[in-house]
Amino acid sequence: MKATTRKNRPDRLKVFTRRAIIVASIKGTLIAVLASRMYYLQVIESNRFKKLADENRISIRLLAPVRGRIVDRFGEIMATNRADYRAYIIPEQTADVAATLDALAKIIPIDDGDRTRILATSRRQRSFFAVPVAENLSWDEFARINIASPDLPGVQPDVGTTRYYPYRDLTAHLLGYVGAPNEEEAGNDPLLHLPSFKIGKNGLERTFDAPLRGVAGNMKVEVNAYGRVIRELDQEQATPGAELKLTIDLGLQKFAAERISAESASVIVMDVHNGDVLAFASMPAYDPNDFNVGIRQDTWKMLLNDIRKPLVDKIVQGQYPPGSTFKMVVAMAALESGAVNASHEVYCPGKRRLGNHVFHCWKREGHGTQNMIGGIRNSCDVYFYDLAERTGVDAIAAMARRFGLGEAFDIGIPHTASGLVPSMAWKQKRFGVSWQKGETLIVGIGQGYILTTPLQLAVMTARIANGGYAVMPRLVRPKKESKPSRIEVSDYALSVVRQGMVEVTTSARGTAYGARITEEGYSMAGKTGTAQVRRITKEERAIRVIKNEDKPWIERDHALFVGYGPIDNPRYAIAVVVEHGGSGSKAAGPIARDVLLEAMRRNSARDPDAPTPPSSGIEV
Amino acid sequence: MKTVIAIRSQQRNLFAKLRDLNWFVIALIIIIASVGFTMLYSVSGGHLEPWAAPQMTRFAVGFVLMIIVALINLRWWMASAYWIYGGTFLMLLAVEIMGDIGMGAQRWLDLGVIRLQPSEIMKLALVLALARYYHGLTTREAARVRSLTLPLLLTALPAALVLRQPDLGTAVLITATGATVMFLAGVRTSVFVAGIAGVAAAIPMAWGMLRDYQKDRVLTFLDPERDPLGAGYHILQSKIAFGSGGVTGKGLLLGTQAQLNFLPEKQTDFIFTMLAEELGLLGSFSLLLLYTLLIGYAMYASLGIKNHFGRLLTTGLAATFFFYMFINMAMVMGLVPVVGVPLPLVSYGGSAMLTLLLGFGLILSAVLHRNTIIARGGAFTA
Repeated sequence: MKATTRKNRPDRLKVFTRRAIIVASIKGTLIAVLASRMYYLQVIESNRFKKLADENRISIRLLAPVRGRIVDRFGEIMATNRADYRAYIIPEQTADVAATLDALAKIIPIDDGDRTRILATSRRQRSFFAVPVAENLSWDEFARINIASPDLPGVQPDVGTTRYYPYRDLTAHLLGYVGAPNEEEAGNDPLLHLPSFKIGKNGLERTFDAPLRGVAGNMKVEVNAYGRVIRELDQEQATPGAELKLTIDLGLQKFAAERISAESASVIVMDVHNGDVLAFASMPAYDPNDFNVGIRQDTWKMLLNDIRKPLVDKIVQGQYPPGSTFKMVVAMAALESGAVNASHEVYCPGKRRLGNHVFHCWKREGHGTQNMIGGIRNSCDVYFYDLAERTGVDAIAAMARRFGLGEAFDIGIPHTASGLVPSMAWKQKRFGVSWQKGETLIVGIGQGYILTTPLQLAVMTARIANGGYAVMPRLVRPKKESKPSRIEVSDYALSVVRQGMVEVTTSARGTAYGARITEEGYSMAGKTGTAQVRRITKEERAIRVIKNEDKPWIERDHALFVGYGPIDNPRYAIAVVVEHGGSGSKAAGPIARDVLLEAMRRNSARDPDAPTPPSSGIEV
Repeated sequence: MKTVIAIRSQQRNLFAKLRDLNWFVIALIIIIASVGFTMLYSVSGGHLEPWAAPQMTRFAVGFVLMIIVALINLRWWMASAYWIYGGTFLMLLAVEIMGDIGMGAQRWLDLGVIRLQPSEIMKLALVLALARYYHGLTTREAARVRSLTLPLLLTALPAALVLRQPDLGTAVLITATGATVMFLAGVRTSVFVAGIAGVAAAIPMAWGMLRDYQKDRVLTFLDPERDPLGAGYHILQSKIAFGSGGVTGKGLLLGTQAQLNFLPEKQTDFIFTMLAEELGLLGSFSLLLLYTLLIGYAMYASLGIKNHFGRLLTTGLAATFFFYMFINMAMVMGLVPVVGVPLPLVSYGGSAMLTLLLGFGLILSAVLHRNTIIARGGAFTA
């Protein structure tokens, strides 16, 4: 027994020692594995993990660029950015978001919709992210929030920038407005997903959005695992948007828009030589500042339901029969066709019979015998029935196109209409029936199918005034000026219609003599137009043509006027359309005269680089 | 001669015993624990609260208990081994049953300063019981298959109970510790080969028993990119933090992954990642070296212990300590699945800290009483 024990002991120690060495070796091996793994992670792969760690902690926040200003040809500001007083709520800084909102509602109005949105947003996102409560606060409201801040836990007053149009509705249709991008517009551009970022939604703001927008900067911040910003690491400033310089003369623009007064009308003034649009006024309009922060529902409804259509840019979207303002085109087409010359005489008994149809002149008692200049001066319909019949619709249409009718000019305003210049082929294609001779007569006085926009009428007038050059209208000067090409029309035809237009305003018998310029040193030639909105029936005519003033507003004729000045050395062309204004001579002529006179007085078209615009007569 | 030494060791007074304690081991323990305090200080962004200070208190309590355990005669520990095991097992069973019948799912006993988990104490009790068992067997007896019955039961029963909790980490630790002691005691190598084969065969079965989140962890371990924001997030972020530390680290309190909360559980299971991020390869290698010194010294000292119980106890506990360290480090570096094992003496938590200190108390006791000869038959026969 004792022997066994004695023999056993060293044996047991031997086994243990051997096994302990094995265990130690295994442990040593495993420790070597750990050490190699450390070496692998911290030395070999270290750079990759350092990069990943930085990607974790560094978050790049975009800095919105300041939108470029829009200025007129003399550098006067038309659209800029101003401080926008806002308030946010940071949910984690208040015990009860709803209670804080209640307290805030005593200072600024918070409607139920806002309230629901704020509460929902504060629940949805992490509690340290700010929830916008109100934008566009007045200085007074903003100051009161700041004063009350001890009682408003979690409310964060903030100053940002917002687009500002100092002339409000006077420049609305020209500039358009900005607004938050919708999902489709935003796409994958992270800049467009910034909460208060706005893009151009209409007008020039929309067309020139890219250069106006600028380039976003960025700020590198360190964030923790929950996205909370710990500190700022680096900042790259945003590049502000470029300034957009227009051809507009702001003074003339304001004058024109205000001159329109309460009418539903549009006025456009152009430089006849280079196409610079100097005034572009469509009234009534809206206040584009309302759109920046999202327009109120009731304001929107009011704008939408207004029969004077304040949301429509009438200069490029309004399509009207040109009425008698089309007669110059008909005259030129007739002269160019070789069928007649300026001394061609037509007797006007007040009406013209064609088959079973009777075509009336606007003057029931008739104009008697007139030549072409007289026809233009008197705006005699019978004379132009005759010219149209002799010339044919297709020759008239070709001449109309040469003068810019039927063309959708790209001047940077979205949704520009092309109008309509009818021809025989057009009618066949459109309605599948052939052209009627009577329709040619109707086109001859600018009625029927033909539709034009005020912009087209201004271009037409400019091309007549500048001696037949195909000047193109523009709101922004191109980098490289190109000389307009000569229109296929004779100087003779141009001089005849110009002489007619001169007599319209200078001859005592002219239709716009009442709207002539009487000021010394200034002159204007022009042509009135009255476009029927509603066809005058035979029965009505048999009794008595109802005077415009006696009709409901919506049924009254559109009043048109196109003109240019000065007569001797034309510089400015103007087109005025007063919707349902009655007669062109009474409603449109005086507006055109005042605006054109103002343009000449201001010398609106002078070189934009000249120092200061004259200050006289800016106000109406 | 041997008897004389034994008698002298019996007669040492308290002061002599304190002097004879292995202060090298104690110093290593204090250094490692201090590394832990430093990292916990960093976890709270440069404050003692809420992690470092309580951990220091616990360490102080555990340290005193460790010294007391070390001073108690090894014979007494051997005599009490089965009782301690039995008591711990009953406690483990009790908290299991209480957990099952819903009388509060507490799996720990509250000792005031420290909450004690029976499953933690079981790691020590198992080594004590196995060491005692094999102390009584000859080499030939230990090699018999028949002799395996009790050690297997001693190991398997608590492992099964812990696995049900479910605490995969502790179950793995218990099983690995038991197996190591059996190996050291001289169980045939063929048994381990068979055992490993058996485990391999049982994996499909065990898979079915795992909870969903455990399956997730294993799957995530096998392919961390599988779900980078979900279950794979922890491993991925841990590796990023670990690797981004580089050679010299980002500096204490400056680990971006840890301080910005990308790193999960950084005061407990992932504290080593934080150390690696802030102190770099120099830091992680240094801590690994400290652990290696501690384990290596225990292994070396075991060879000089004159009783089999003390040898097995020392190596067994050293193995437990090694498994803690290995599993935790391997886990945070993405070498093994995340099983929830703390880094010994460093991770925040009272139960593991106390268990480890008590374990070192036992090691110190065995080393202090290395010359005590204990007869194969029992503690009191010599």
